[in-house]
Amino acid sequence: MSYAATHDQHDDHHGAPKGFFQRWCMSTNHKDIGTLYLIFSLTMLFIGGSFAMLIRAELFKPGMQLMQPYFFNEMTAMHALVMIFGAIMPAFVGLGNWMIPLMVGAPDMALPRMNNLSFWILPFAFVLLLSTLFLPGGGPAGGWTMYPPLSLQSGSLAYAVFAIHLMGISSIMGAINIIATILNMRAPGMDLMKMPVFVWSWLITAFLLIAVMPALAGAVTMLLTDKYFGTNFFNPGGGGDPVLYQHIFWFFGHPEVYIMILPAFGIISEIVPTFARKPIFGYKAMVFAIACIAFLSFIVWAHHMFAVGLPLGAEVFFMYATMLISVPTGVKVFNWVATMWGGSMTFETPMLFAIAFIILFTIGGFSGLMMALVPADFQYHDTYFIVAHFHYVLVTGALFAIIGAAYYWMPKWTGNMYNEFWGKVHFWNSVIWVNVLFFPQHFLGLAGMPRRIPDYNVAFANFNMISSIGGFLFGATQLIFVGVLIHCAFFSKKKATDRVWEGAKGLEWTIPSPAPHHTFEVPPVINDDELAHGHVND
Amino acid sequence: MGQQHDAYFVPTKSYWPFVAAVVMFTTVFGAAHWLGAEPGESGFGKSVLTIGVIGMLAMFFGWFRSVINESLAGNYNHQVDTSFRMGMMWFIFSEVMFFGAFFGALFYIRMFSVPWLGGHGHGVLTHEFLWSDYTAAWGANGGNGPEQAGGAFRTVPAWGLPLLNTLILLTSSVTVTIAHHALRAGHRGKILLFLGLTVLLGATFLYFQAHEYMEAYKELNLTLHSGVYGSTFFMLTGFHGLHVTLGTIMLAVIWLRVLKGHFDKDHHFGFEAVAWYWHFVDVVWLGLFMFVYIL
Repeated sequence: MSYAATHDQHDDHHGAPKGFFQRWCMSTNHKDIGTLYLIFSLTMLFIGGSFAMLIRAELFKPGMQLMQPYFFNEMTAMHALVMIFGAIMPAFVGLGNWMIPLMVGAPDMALPRMNNLSFWILPFAFVLLLSTLFLPGGGPAGGWTMYPPLSLQSGSLAYAVFAIHLMGISSIMGAINIIATILNMRAPGMDLMKMPVFVWSWLITAFLLIAVMPALAGAVTMLLTDKYFGTNFFNPGGGGDPVLYQHIFWFFGHPEVYIMILPAFGIISEIVPTFARKPIFGYKAMVFAIACIAFLSFIVWAHHMFAVGLPLGAEVFFMYATMLISVPTGVKVFNWVATMWGGSMTFETPMLFAIAFIILFTIGGFSGLMMALVPADFQYHDTYFIVAHFHYVLVTGALFAIIGAAYYWMPKWTGNMYNEFWGKVHFWNSVIWVNVLFFPQHFLGLAGMPRRIPDYNVAFANFNMISSIGGFLFGATQLIFVGVLIHCAFFSKKKATDRVWEGAKGLEWTIPSPAPHHTFEVPPVINDDELAHGHVND
Repeated sequence: MGQQHDAYFVPTKSYWPFVAAVVMFTTVFGAAHWLGAEPGESGFGKSVLTIGVIGMLAMFFGWFRSVINESLAGNYNHQVDTSFRMGMMWFIFSEVMFFGAFFGALFYIRMFSVPWLGGHGHGVLTHEFLWSDYTAAWGANGGNGPEQAGGAFRTVPAWGLPLLNTLILLTSSVTVTIAHHALRAGHRGKILLFLGLTVLLGATFLYFQAHEYMEAYKELNLTLHSGVYGSTFFMLTGFHGLHVTLGTIMLAVIWLRVLKGHFDKDHHFGFEAVAWYWHFVDVVWLGLFMFVYIL
C-alpha cells in the first residue's frame, strides 16, 4: 500500500471516514480537527459566558444578592481562564486549521497527528480546570493572573497549574504545526509575500506562542513548587519576591494579548477587501505592522505593573515602549479604512462585524493609550476602566473578528448560505448590547469602582444596572448565533457557490463548497490574479 | 501512485494522539490529586499517577514504533523530513524559553530583589520596616533571605564535581558528533562505539549529579527549602538533570536503533533530532555552570 500522494486507499477520497471514533478521535484531517476546535470553542464561549452572566447578576444591584464572595471570585477568575484559553485561542486555532492549508494550497497541516493531539488535550485540560469548582478546596479565585501570595491559598492550585501546563503544551504543538505548515507546505509559486494576511498573522502569532507559553509554564511551575515543595521564589522572607511572578507572568501575558488579536487582524484583512471589492491597501505595510507589533509585545510587559512599585526608569521605558505600539496599529486601522475608500461596498454580516471591529477595537486601543501613561494609570489601575478596555479589544475585537470569520467562511465549510436576515439581527443586537454592556464601565472605572469585587458603593448603582442589562441581552443575542449556525449547517436550502462572495479572492474560493474532505492532494497551480491581494509589487 | 514522489504525504489515521491526551490527563490528574490531599490522607492520587506514567511510557513506545515502521517502509518523503526538522527545532526553542523563565528568575532575584531586600535602590521600605538587619548577599551568606529560610547552608564549590560534569558533557557533545560523522561515512562499529560512549557519559553525569545532591542535602544543608538560593539552585539544575535523563534515554534508544540498522547515511533524522537535543542540554549546562555555580 502506497502512502504517497493520498492516504487511506480504503476510504472514499471525497468522503469522510465512517464511524464516530474513527472520524473524530483518530483524525488526521485538518478540516475535521478545525471543526472540533470551533465546536469546542463555542461550547467554552457559553460556559465562560454563563460565568459572566452570574457576575453581572450579582453586580446588578449594590449589596450581596446571589452568591458568596468566594464564589464570585471564582467566577471572575474562571470566566477569564475559560474565555482566553478555552474560547478565543481555540477559535483562532480552529480557523487556522481550517483555512491555512486551503489558503496556501496544502493538502493538510504539516504534522496531522500532532494536530489531533493538540486538540484532544484541550477538553481534558478544561475538565481538570472546571472540576476545581466542585472540589473541596474550591477553584482558582485570585484572578486569571494567579498572583502570589493570594493564589497560593487556593486548595486546588495543583489542578489549575496542571490544566495550564496542558493548555500550554497544546498551544505550543499547535503553533509548531502552523509554522511548519506555512513554511514547508505551501504550493509551488505561493511565495511568502503572496500569502493572505490571515496566514501571515498566524505565522507571526505562532512564533509568539512558542516563545511565551513556556514562560507561563515556568511561572506556574514556580507557584506549584512554592505551595507544595517549599521553594521560596515568591516569598520575600526567603529572599524571593512576589513581583518576580508578575514579571514572568506578563512576559507571557502581554504577547498573549497579541496572540488573541493578531489573527483577528488577519481575519479583518481578509473580509474587508472582499466586500470592498478592492485588494487590501498596503499589503506589505500590513505584514510589517503585524511583525512590528509582535516584536514590541516582548518589551512592554511591565505596563501591567505600573502600580506595583517599579523603579522610575522602568516606568518611563515601559510607558514609551507601550505607546510605540500605537504606530503599527494605527497603520493597520488606516489601511483597512483606505481599503474601503472608493470601494464598491456591500454590507453582508461578515462585513458588518468587520466594520464594527475596526471602530470598536480602535476605541479599545485608545483607552489602552490612556492607561499607557504612568501617572494616569495610577488612577485607572485595577478599576472598571481596565475591564472596559480589555473587553473592547477582546469582545468587540477578537470575538467580533471570530464571529465575522465564522459568517465569512461558513458557506465554504457547510456548502450552504446562512440566513442573512438573522445574521443581521445577530449583528445589530450584538453591537448595540455590547456597548450598553461595556461603555458604562469606562465611567465606573474613572469614578473609582475597583474590579473583581462582588459589592460596591451605591454611587455606582445606575451604571452597573445598565451594564448588567446590556450583558444579559448581549448574552441572549449569542443564542441567535447558535441558531444561525445550526440552520446553516443542517437546514439551509440556499446552496453556496464555489466563490461564495462576489469579491472573494484566494485559493480557498477555488475549491467546491462545501470543501471536500481532501483538498489540494496535488499542488494547485498558482495564478497571481486569483490571489487574495493581487500582484504585490508596489 | 508510487512514482508521484513530488505529491504531498498525509499520514493515516492513528489512535495514538487520543491515547496520548488520555494518559497525559491521567498523569496530571493523579499528580494534582496527590498534591492536593491533606497531610496523612491516603487518596487515590498516587495510584492514578502511576497508571498515568506507565500509560505515557506505553504511549511513547507505541506512537514512536508506528512512526519508525512508517519511516522504514520508506513512506516519508523529503517534505515530511523537513516538517519533522522544523517540529524538533521549534520544540527545542520552546524548551529554551522554559529554561529562560528560570534563568530570568535567577537574574531578577540576584540583580534586583535580593539587593532591594538589603536596602539598595527602590525597595528600601521593606528593608526599613521588616528586615533592617538583613545585608544583601548571595550564596551562603544570605542567599536564603532575611528569614534564613531552611537554616544556614554552604554552597557547592564550582571547581569540584560541577567542573568535572562540565567536562563530561562537553566530551559527550564531541563523541556524539564523531558518531554522527561515522554515520554519514557508514562506519557502523564506530557509530556504536561513540554513541555508546555518549550514553555512558550522560549516565556518568547523572550519577555525579545525584551524588552532588546527596552531599548538598546531607553535608551542606543546601536543600530545596534553603531560601531562594536553594529554590533556584535545585529547580534549575533539577530541570536540567531531568532533560539529561530524557536525553540519555533517547540516545540509548538511538543506539539500539543503530544496532538494528534503522539508519543509513542519508536518512537518519531520528539520530539528528536526538543529537540536537543533546547539544541543547549541553548549552543549558554551560549557562548553569556559569551563573549558578561560578558567579
